[in-house]
Amino acid sequence: MSIFLNENSKVIVQGITGGEGTKHATKMLAAGTNIVGGVNARKAGTTVGIGGKDITVFGTVEEAIKETGADVSVAFVPPKFTKDAVIEAIDAEIPLLVIITEGVPVHDSAYFWAHAVAKGNKTRIIGPNCPGIISPGKSNAGIIPADIAGPGRIGLVSKSGTLTYQMMYELREIGFSTAIGIGGDPIIGTTHIDALEAFEADPETAAIVMIGEIGGDAEERAAAFIAANVSKPVVGYVAGFTAPEGKTMGHAGAIVSGSAGTAQAKKEALEAAGVKVGKTPSETADLMREIIAGL
Amino acid sequence: MDLYEYQAKDLFAAHGVPVLPGRTVETADDAAAVAAELGTAVVVKAQVKTGGRGKAGGVKLAETADEAKEKAGAILGMDIKGHTVHRVLVTTASDISEEYYFSFLLDRSNRTFLAMCSAEGGMEIEQLAVERPDALARIPVDAIAGVDKAKAAEIVAAGKIPAAVAGEAADVIVKLWETFVSEDATLVEVNPLVRDPQDKVIALDGKVTLDENADFRHPDHAGLVDERTENALEAKAKAKGLNYVKLDDGQVGIIGNGAGLVMSTLDVVAYAGEKHGGVKPANFLDIGGGASAQVMADGLDVILGDPDVKSVFVNVFGGITACDAVANGIVEALKILGDAATKPLVVRLDGNNVVEGRRILDEANHPLVTQVDTMDNAADKAAELAAAGA
Repeated sequence: MSIFLNENSKVIVQGITGGEGTKHATKMLAAGTNIVGGVNARKAGTTVGIGGKDITVFGTVEEAIKETGADVSVAFVPPKFTKDAVIEAIDAEIPLLVIITEGVPVHDSAYFWAHAVAKGNKTRIIGPNCPGIISPGKSNAGIIPADIAGPGRIGLVSKSGTLTYQMMYELREIGFSTAIGIGGDPIIGTTHIDALEAFEADPETAAIVMIGEIGGDAEERAAAFIAANVSKPVVGYVAGFTAPEGKTMGHAGAIVSGSAGTAQAKKEALEAAGVKVGKTPSETADLMREIIAGL
Repeated sequence: MDLYEYQAKDLFAAHGVPVLPGRTVETADDAAAVAAELGTAVVVKAQVKTGGRGKAGGVKLAETADEAKEKAGAILGMDIKGHTVHRVLVTTASDISEEYYFSFLLDRSNRTFLAMCSAEGGMEIEQLAVERPDALARIPVDAIAGVDKAKAAEIVAAGKIPAAVAGEAADVIVKLWETFVSEDATLVEVNPLVRDPQDKVIALDGKVTLDENADFRHPDHAGLVDERTENALEAKAKAKGLNYVKLDDGQVGIIGNGAGLVMSTLDVVAYAGEKHGGVKPANFLDIGGGASAQVMADGLDVILGDPDVKSVFVNVFGGITACDAVANGIVEALKILGDAATKPLVVRLDGNNVVEGRRILDEANHPLVTQVDTMDNAADKAAELAAAGA
């Protein structure tokens, strides 16, 4: 097992003909991902050669699903066109949509989320502005480098891409069931709570690392969820203790306004829920190693 | 991007939200001229991007043009919470019967928008939210359905706005929603939204935050940037397309890849700094995915130009970015900068192509560069060097 993505996942790439799309489709394929097609309305019917394989380009997500049985789409679409691409994927009812694109206007994200809700939430959305999801040894949907860590018993959920990589690297000797970067934007599809719930239910996941950062109250809400619903051990890390108030730190979501959303408040909420919180990535990894050793 | 009050009100006016006539000026004489032109009592308001202007003495009533000149003279140049006042807004003084509060903002938790409305405006809204939460209505707004007259009426009723002005308030709210959506704002706040003795509803103040991700469909928003009040280093970084934030009281320059890792780096450096006389990170700089030599050179150029910086910590985890490209970037950057590079660099590379990256730096053997193999140890080294150089 693993969560949201496994060895049977059939993956299409929206924007496969673009530079980023082609580059990462190649890497995903090399990591063992079953890429069954791409989507680009203007290049429908052509093929893209990646990793020695000819990948068919379909005109729409709906057509790609019909022809290939795809159940995952990874979108590498420029911000301008992301809203339309996401709505298309939702309308085609793809079960999992990973939006890698950075710089999507938040009104567009709010709009497509409202659309997903109106359509009965048939599509799980990860992102936007995220590195995607990897179930090592099984499938990789996004841009997380597949060679950092192999399969294992840890589940990881993080707002930040590079902190995902850093933590996977620190804990590479244990390995991961699934690692998900949910993205740093103010409005995202899959949340910490969604991932925690899935990891709790996943028999292959023994313990969970949750990485947060300043801004919003997602970590506080996750802490409340953990206290009520998660029996597996959880280790936490929060970035941004030294970030000043009122400044945006790269991620549109990473801004502290007033007292809410500070790293300290998040750390305290997590600790109150029984989560061990590391001060640094390396200390967090040490806490996880102790937990795994004691299982 | 946060806007000034006068910019927010210009946007309001463009979308039909009632505001009072007025103009922004930079000298006391011009303030007098605007007051004379308006021919009424005026309010002189400091234009700074922070709250609490009134309490700080940055908002004054003036009955005459002479008085407007005097008040503007006192307010211009004033420091309000670290913001220097370069401009004042001179606007007609309004008779106020009642003060309300209104805003549209993002509700991250529910992944939608929120309208907040209260008949008890004027005061600080955070205070109202804590002391009398029932007095502040919070109404979710569907991003697709938006706010029409009926929805606005629902919001007005929930906020307990008096019936006599409910219709007019609802009209204003529909126009504020148009502002919020068509300008790609993440915040539109009016505090106070006032009722005057003639039962007109007017936006007396305005706070707007625009989403920079949407700049591609708003070329006109570029004109709202106020370069003068931007930190010089931040302005320089922005011109080079770098994601840089200057921090106060820091000595260790930071370069990293990915917002989360860079934020984490700031924390790790601050912890390490506790052992070295309390040195702190001097900036946030995220060089992002493709760290070319030029990007690294630009980043180093900005950071080395910061007189506060005593040492630099380059912290890269090669995910998509390859460490050899980063290493080449550092070597090239030091060549480009030549004698301008004078401060020690601590470099920690891990991940994609790390062996090659470390080899390149070892071979270059630049006297300013020290390689350390973990993030914690590198932070400690950078803090130590900053303390020694301070």
